[in-house]
Amino acid sequence: MTDASMDSAPVQGSLTTVDARTRKRNAAEKRFKAYGLVAIMIGLFFLVVLAVSILRSGIPAFTQAEVRVEFTLTQEQFDEAESQMLKTKAYENLFIAALQSQLEERGLEVSFDPAAIERLLGKTGSTIREHFRENPNQIGTPVFFNLAASSRVDGYFKGRVTRDTLVDSRFLEVSDLDLVDALADAGIIVSAFNWNFITGSDSGVDNPGGAGIGVSVIGSFFMMLVVLALSLPIGVATSIYLEEFAPQNWFTDLIEVNISNLAAVPSIVFGILGLAVFIQFMHLPQSAPLVGGLVLTLMTLPTIIISTRASLKAVPPSIREAALGVGASKMQTVFHHVLPLAAPGILTGTIIGLAQALGETAPLLLIGMVGFIARAYPEGVVSGFIDPNSAMPAQIYTWAARADAGFYEKAWGGIIILLIFLLTMNIIAIILRRRFERRW
Amino acid sequence: MPLLWLFLLVLAIAAGAFVFARTRVLALSGQDRRTLHSLPIYYGSNAAMKSAIPALLVLVLWLLAQPFYVNNSVSGMIPDSAIGDSSSRSLVLAEVRRAADGLDLAVATGQMTEAAARDTQADISDVTDRLSEAGAIVTSQITQPVLNAAQQYRVLNSAGYRIMSVVVLLIAAAGALWGIRETKPDFRARNVVEQGVRALLIAAASIAILTTLGIVLSLVFNTIEFFRLYPASEFFFGTNWAPSFSGRGGASDLGILPLLWGTFYISIVALIVAVPIGLFAAIYLSEYAGPKVRAFAKPMLEVLAGIPTIVYGLFALLTVGPLLVQVFGDDGLGWMQAGTAVMTAGLVMGIMLIPFVSSLSDDIINAVPQAMRDGSYGLGATQSETIRQVVLPAALPGIVGAILLAASRAIGETMIVVLGAGAAARLSLNPFDAMTTVTAKIVSQLTGDSDFASPEALVAFALGMTLFVITLGLNVLALYIVRKYREQYE
Repeated sequence: MTDASMDSAPVQGSLTTVDARTRKRNAAEKRFKAYGLVAIMIGLFFLVVLAVSILRSGIPAFTQAEVRVEFTLTQEQFDEAESQMLKTKAYENLFIAALQSQLEERGLEVSFDPAAIERLLGKTGSTIREHFRENPNQIGTPVFFNLAASSRVDGYFKGRVTRDTLVDSRFLEVSDLDLVDALADAGIIVSAFNWNFITGSDSGVDNPGGAGIGVSVIGSFFMMLVVLALSLPIGVATSIYLEEFAPQNWFTDLIEVNISNLAAVPSIVFGILGLAVFIQFMHLPQSAPLVGGLVLTLMTLPTIIISTRASLKAVPPSIREAALGVGASKMQTVFHHVLPLAAPGILTGTIIGLAQALGETAPLLLIGMVGFIARAYPEGVVSGFIDPNSAMPAQIYTWAARADAGFYEKAWGGIIILLIFLLTMNIIAIILRRRFERRW
Repeated sequence: MPLLWLFLLVLAIAAGAFVFARTRVLALSGQDRRTLHSLPIYYGSNAAMKSAIPALLVLVLWLLAQPFYVNNSVSGMIPDSAIGDSSSRSLVLAEVRRAADGLDLAVATGQMTEAAARDTQADISDVTDRLSEAGAIVTSQITQPVLNAAQQYRVLNSAGYRIMSVVVLLIAAAGALWGIRETKPDFRARNVVEQGVRALLIAAASIAILTTLGIVLSLVFNTIEFFRLYPASEFFFGTNWAPSFSGRGGASDLGILPLLWGTFYISIVALIVAVPIGLFAAIYLSEYAGPKVRAFAKPMLEVLAGIPTIVYGLFALLTVGPLLVQVFGDDGLGWMQAGTAVMTAGLVMGIMLIPFVSSLSDDIINAVPQAMRDGSYGLGATQSETIRQVVLPAALPGIVGAILLAASRAIGETMIVVLGAGAAARLSLNPFDAMTTVTAKIVSQLTGDSDFASPEALVAFALGMTLFVITLGLNVLALYIVRKYREQYE
């Protein structure tokens, strides 16, 4: 390169002035550096866009438009309503009368018909009837009812539904929005924190407002218990064998090759394995967190084995030699000295493996943890393992696959909760690593 | 749950054996513990191990074997005449199992007495009524052979479980006795226990092999079953994917080519996004960035790899898709019909793959010896010239390996394509068309309510087999290239 330039242009001038060729090379250098910087910027930009769109679309899931009505039911009214043929209708009429009087108290004159209330609040009558039948001692005293508004009204509050986009339907009519505005002015409809989203169960396809993620969090929890109880001991035992005991032979090679291949097998294939082996062959219950946990265990094992082996390797040989030197057996050396020293690293790797398993969706779809199954909390520990339940990511998928746009908000909200769990687990792993990891 | 109780009982026997053996050896040694060959805990562990491990092993094997035996003997009870034209033996057996579960449920809820449930002469319609009253899922009127088979199924199963409990407990007790009898001061307990632990370690390590075996067997058997129902040549070379839904009848077209095309198209779009960004990011991070930038940017990029794929799927479906429709849709350029398209899925998958490409390439670029760079600088090359003409060529095989690994990720990715790529299988060149992939179809064929024995469900296993072979091939190739390259500089 330099030869060529010397031939073509004999050196003139001094080192302090930059010739055209050098300038070109320097410009190319700057450009190349800029490409790299731009690439990183693009990557970070995507990260920010992702975070912003999750937060912007997901936070509304945590609030819910509620109608707060104070309501007093006298004993006579209760008896009368119970004696009628259409009991819930009678309660509904009582409720509407109460609502009307509250509006009048505040000096607001809005006319509304029972059908509009039904579109706004769903079947209020049965909610009230159930409440008073369960708590008969509250008859005669004022009770505050917080009734969740329907998903369209909720959407109107959050700006998802506007007067322009709303099409009259049996769910909501444009004229109802006047009533909503009036109720909002009167402070009867308010936006409140939606506890039901965090603690509740999944709802039917036509009720996005009532959907909650709580039950599937429990499903994920039981799955993670299975994963932890199986993958930690098996993973640690495998790593100890491979690092400390395994002789160099074909069997060891076979295990090593298998582990590295399993780490790269697509997760959906593990789902097929779970379906064929655990459900078709062993007849374990479908959609059960136990089966989900077994499948995720097989998926998590390579991660845990790889990190455990790294932390076993990091323990210096002098520790082993010292233990052997004072008369410990090989097994005692490993279990009394090497393993405790490697424990922080193993724990960190396990938490990261669990976090990966927690976010995994595809295999769960195949073993049937998808759809309207997270209906009720399990009744006990055994039921938690074997009764059909969903898991957080599978529940998010279920919501994303439904037609009603109200569920999309729930799906984003579910993602926020999922990411909070993942973030917590990763932070714990980082803290453990910082606090306990020893460098020799 | 009796199984849980059996398990706990075995553990209790083992714990008892532990305590007993330990006290016994201490008593035998008298005051001087130095006469013992091993620490007392090893004598206890020896007895516990001999009591628990064989018993639990038998328990697991029994649980695996019993369904086979029961199915076989029940299957023999069903005459060929009881199997309808549209049905098969496995379907009837499934019905038998359902009926047996229903009988269990009916007895549990008090709809039926145990004697009634066992009565082989029972009135069939009465039994059916009682089963549905108890809330059991009974598809139709139970036939006489099915009822009898179901009753036999229950009898065999409950007898099997009873015998199993007795056998397992006997083995546990015998093992405990054996361990306790061995407990003498000069017994080499530590060596025996350590051998046992070693065997357990080997067994744990073999689970990786068993998993692979399980994957391969479950794919192979079901794929063979599929090819028995559907010609392999039409599967591999068919250009039409149109499964008929179960129950509606009609022949399905199950050609894999449109799915493979969708898979590769989306993967290529993803790689076009991920490779330049990831590679340049890796070059910048390893060659230019100062320690502060590196300490910030590298983990931040890796966060992208830690985000669950369902998040990316939702991002594709609800954010990227609508955005692309605004630009390329009917209001814009008019190329795009709906938010779900090859472009949507490919773009989002590309974002997901950036950290894969960048961290792997980063490691590989860092592994290039510094002496090569120094030589290049010494000849007067600028940093970018060194990178382009020395470092990258040296790192090329490793980078190719990294890209292949990313490609295998892209091909096996499921959630992004299920949500972002659409459901229609078509062979088209327009990247704004909806297409579908192998993984998306595995999900849709197996999550429907079609019956497992139909070609429409079994095709998922053939698709899974194809996917497994392709990704395995890519991984092996990538690892081979990376390993070969590493050896060059070590």
